[in-house]
Amino acid sequence: MRVELLVNGQERVVEMPPMVRLLDVLRGQLGLIGAKEGCGEGECGTCTVMLDGEPVNACLVAIGQCNGREIITVEGLAEGEHLTPLQQCMADHGGAQCGICTPGMLIAAEALLRRERSPSDEQIRAAVAGNICRCTGYQRIVISIQEAAAARREQSEGPR
Amino acid sequence: MLPLPVFQHHSPSSLAEAVSLMAELGDRARLIAGGTDLLPNMKHGIVEPEHLVSLRAVTELNGVQHDDAHIVIGAMTRLVDIAKHPAVLEHAPALAEATGQVGGPHHRRMGTLGGNLCLDTRCVYINQTYFWREALGFCLKKDGTVCHVVKSGKKCVAAASNDSAPALMVLGAEIDLLSPRGKRTLSANDFYTTDGIYNQSRKLDEIVTHIRIPILADRVSAFEKLRRRGAIDYPLLNCAIRIDYKGPQIDEFDMVVSALAARPKRVKAAARLAIGKKPSDALTKQLAEVAFKNCKPLTNLDNDADWRRDMIRVLVRKALERARPPVASQAT
Repeated sequence: MRVELLVNGQERVVEMPPMVRLLDVLRGQLGLIGAKEGCGEGECGTCTVMLDGEPVNACLVAIGQCNGREIITVEGLAEGEHLTPLQQCMADHGGAQCGICTPGMLIAAEALLRRERSPSDEQIRAAVAGNICRCTGYQRIVISIQEAAAARREQSEGPR
Repeated sequence: MLPLPVFQHHSPSSLAEAVSLMAELGDRARLIAGGTDLLPNMKHGIVEPEHLVSLRAVTELNGVQHDDAHIVIGAMTRLVDIAKHPAVLEHAPALAEATGQVGGPHHRRMGTLGGNLCLDTRCVYINQTYFWREALGFCLKKDGTVCHVVKSGKKCVAAASNDSAPALMVLGAEIDLLSPRGKRTLSANDFYTTDGIYNQSRKLDEIVTHIRIPILADRVSAFEKLRRRGAIDYPLLNCAIRIDYKGPQIDEFDMVVSALAARPKRVKAAARLAIGKKPSDALTKQLAEVAFKNCKPLTNLDNDADWRRDMIRVLVRKALERARPPVASQAT
């Protein structure tokens, strides 16, 4: 089956049997190994990618469902070597610990920040509820996302 | 790693095309909506379709419409969109609360109302890998001949785990189905059977097209759910309540408790007790007790069945507390 995708802004065409999981196409054919396989059944969220702007579990999406759709993985956030404010804040405030959940956390948080300029702690916790951190460093992750939201607001407003 | 088995994928772009595909492929095909239930089950070998017919491109099944008398929800409307829809929040809060608590946030962005209605039943002895199930000698629901929940049981008791089901049952929703044989409509109440192997009255080639919910003045409803992890999980128990008030008095009452066995359970004794009375703490206590007496969780889901049973009282009380008379009728 021929599948056309827009991955991190680039048009990609893959020839794949429809039952291959989106996660495997990303990690295999496309070499984007940011999204991880944790549980393989949609519980852990480390395979989270954005599909048409919404966070989804890439292990629960068959590539046959993806023709003509836009995908953003964690690799698509940074511009070259330049980290986004969200990534920088995760690094600065201890939001990234062992790192397994981080690619999924970043995508879930990015999706939140795109729709909410000033999210409450509640909203942040709800947005990353599908992403499990076994270091249990949730508080640091919430702080990082709050800081990132502030940084984004500052960026869009310009220096005061 | 949990790969998917081999299947053919079809992506019809209209309802008519989807119906003719289902007619052609027959029981070798399954319909797929969001895929959050079907794909894990396929990975575990619980369902083994040769073909998947995706409804994603059938745009006529998407969206929420409403007039004075009904809310009509397309089966492919995502759960996240229903949970925050103003008309659903106002006229069918039990459904907004139910759809807002299905799985985790990513699942609600993938999953649809039609998909949640048609969710497969769940059990600790079936939602496991093939290797795990084989080691136990399989079970009634798939590949085996014994039930591990009810010893010497001949009927599968896997639990209805759709959060939307009790909400739609108490709200008196109607479900439109379309198949190669034509259209028909089932009430949400008639949608489920007591057979855990397949607990739907819907034939496998019938497509859920729309869900219709009546709008009534002085109607309130609420939904409560028990789960292992508050942020992301299937129900260990759920409960929906709907009350139609006449002034301050309860005119009609309905309570459905689910995640017990294959069919969501309507607690009829609760209606007999509540109708004609005014809400009070004493009545809440009585209703919680009636639900506790009538609903007996089995060991088919995680956690202690006795604890789940105790929690029935709590869920009923919490739902009733939010189902007080609407402000307008309190004034009269």
